[in-house]
Amino acid sequence: MSETTYVQLLYLACGGLLLTSVLMLWRRELAVLIRVFAVQGFALAVIAGLAALHHGGIELGAVAVGILVLRVGILPWLLRRAVAAVGPASRETRPLVNVAASLLVAAVLTLLAYAVSRPLVELAPAAATSAIPIGVAVVLIGFFVLITRRRAPSQLVGFLLMDNGITAVGLLTTAGVALTVELGVALDVLLAVLVLQILTGRMRETFGDTDVAELRELHD
Amino acid sequence: MSALGIVGGVVQPLAVVAGSPVLVGMMRQVRARLEGRAGPGIAQPWRDLRKLFGKEPIAPRGTGVVFRAAPYALVATTLVVSFVAPLATVDSPLDPVADLFAVVALLTAGTVALALAGLDTGTAFGGMGASREMTIVALVEPTLLVAVFALSVPVGSTNLAAIVSSTLRDPARAISPASLLAAVALVIVIVAETGRLPVDNPSTHLELTMVHEAMVLEYAGPDLALVELASAMRLGVFLALLANLFVPWGIATTAGPFAVLGGVLALAVKVVVLGLALAVGEVFLAKLRLFRVPELLAGSFLLALLAVAASFFLA
Repeated sequence: MSETTYVQLLYLACGGLLLTSVLMLWRRELAVLIRVFAVQGFALAVIAGLAALHHGGIELGAVAVGILVLRVGILPWLLRRAVAAVGPASRETRPLVNVAASLLVAAVLTLLAYAVSRPLVELAPAAATSAIPIGVAVVLIGFFVLITRRRAPSQLVGFLLMDNGITAVGLLTTAGVALTVELGVALDVLLAVLVLQILTGRMRETFGDTDVAELRELHD
Repeated sequence: MSALGIVGGVVQPLAVVAGSPVLVGMMRQVRARLEGRAGPGIAQPWRDLRKLFGKEPIAPRGTGVVFRAAPYALVATTLVVSFVAPLATVDSPLDPVADLFAVVALLTAGTVALALAGLDTGTAFGGMGASREMTIVALVEPTLLVAVFALSVPVGSTNLAAIVSSTLRDPARAISPASLLAAVALVIVIVAETGRLPVDNPSTHLELTMVHEAMVLEYAGPDLALVELASAMRLGVFLALLANLFVPWGIATTAGPFAVLGGVLALAVKVVVLGLALAVGEVFLAKLRLFRVPELLAGSFLLALLAVAASFFLA
């Protein structure tokens, strides 16, 4: 694969990453959010796969396959189960900030990400590192989703979006962390999702809803 | 001013004026067929225009010069855009006017003229339509500017002809992330600006949700014909600009008769394909609630802004 095709495909995957994170702010239906999340996982796997092809590392190839399995297969499946379990009432997210305003906030966050990651890019200017701002922007947008959603399943989506961003930054800066570290992170995320899924189920049993505002008061 | 520019300046307005009503007719026909109706045929808009031009001009009592001048302003601004923009040929007779900001300002001036005419009638429908149109335009115009600006960043010029010819030289630019994000943003704002579903329903009259039809409700006869012709031309110009900014292949770069003919044919094919895609998409869409429209447009503005950001940090 030539250098220009590599750069172009890498940037295309990064564009997909950014587009899918914006779509997660935009759409309300959880089912759509999960599908978008799977697409984003695919874009992330493409970034890892491209890095593997470019640097020629078998470990990176394994990381790419791992990302594909975890983020396109397992996590969306778990999320879909969590959404199916909470019932039709919570299938739409109820953001604290309205959608138009949160889209504008996302624009500001992207510019902020660009501003704060400039020093990082200047450390080692290359095709991959110049896409770091996109990874940082995905982290910030994920954090924003996490803090502006009321219901537990949509907060879970925000958490996973943030994790996707962190993985993207890792892949773009260092061209892949060691396989053991990546494996540890993946297991951690899986565990967090499982724990949050159980928490969601317990919340629904106790309060009949997954609104986290219910957790503010002490109940008997 | 080059020979190609002069040829383009003659051919493009003629093609836009003659072709746009046919484009609208084709879109209506496709929709009719998909909805199980026979449809009036693709020449129906031209037959309507001929009928309307033959009637005596009537203006409602109490309307002033704004109401009477608006259709001419609308047609004139669209004609100027079709005269200068790179639609069938890359060169234009007035090169400085083929600038991104000038073209967007001209198109917006037409919209504002129509909104003022809607206010001038003093009727409830006119005012409502004008206020809605202004709400939409206030979000559409910055998005248009920012989206095309994203394409002009790698070129280093806001001249539309320069953008088109640079994409011709470097085809890989057409699939860069900046260009894809800008394309999505532009499609959304063009749908909003030309009053198609899901922002406005082009086929309803006397409905509380309409935008464009509410403003032109008081027009009759030749004035109405001009408004209808202008809105068809705007649709044609917008679709042609969209096509040429992202897929410029086929546009005439030399002044030879075959090159110009090929440019016009390529333009017709691109616009028809886009128009048909729009018409087919409309069959599956319902009109969006008016209060959800700013959400859609804010999203497209964000995409345009991201396109600019991407063209800076992914370059």
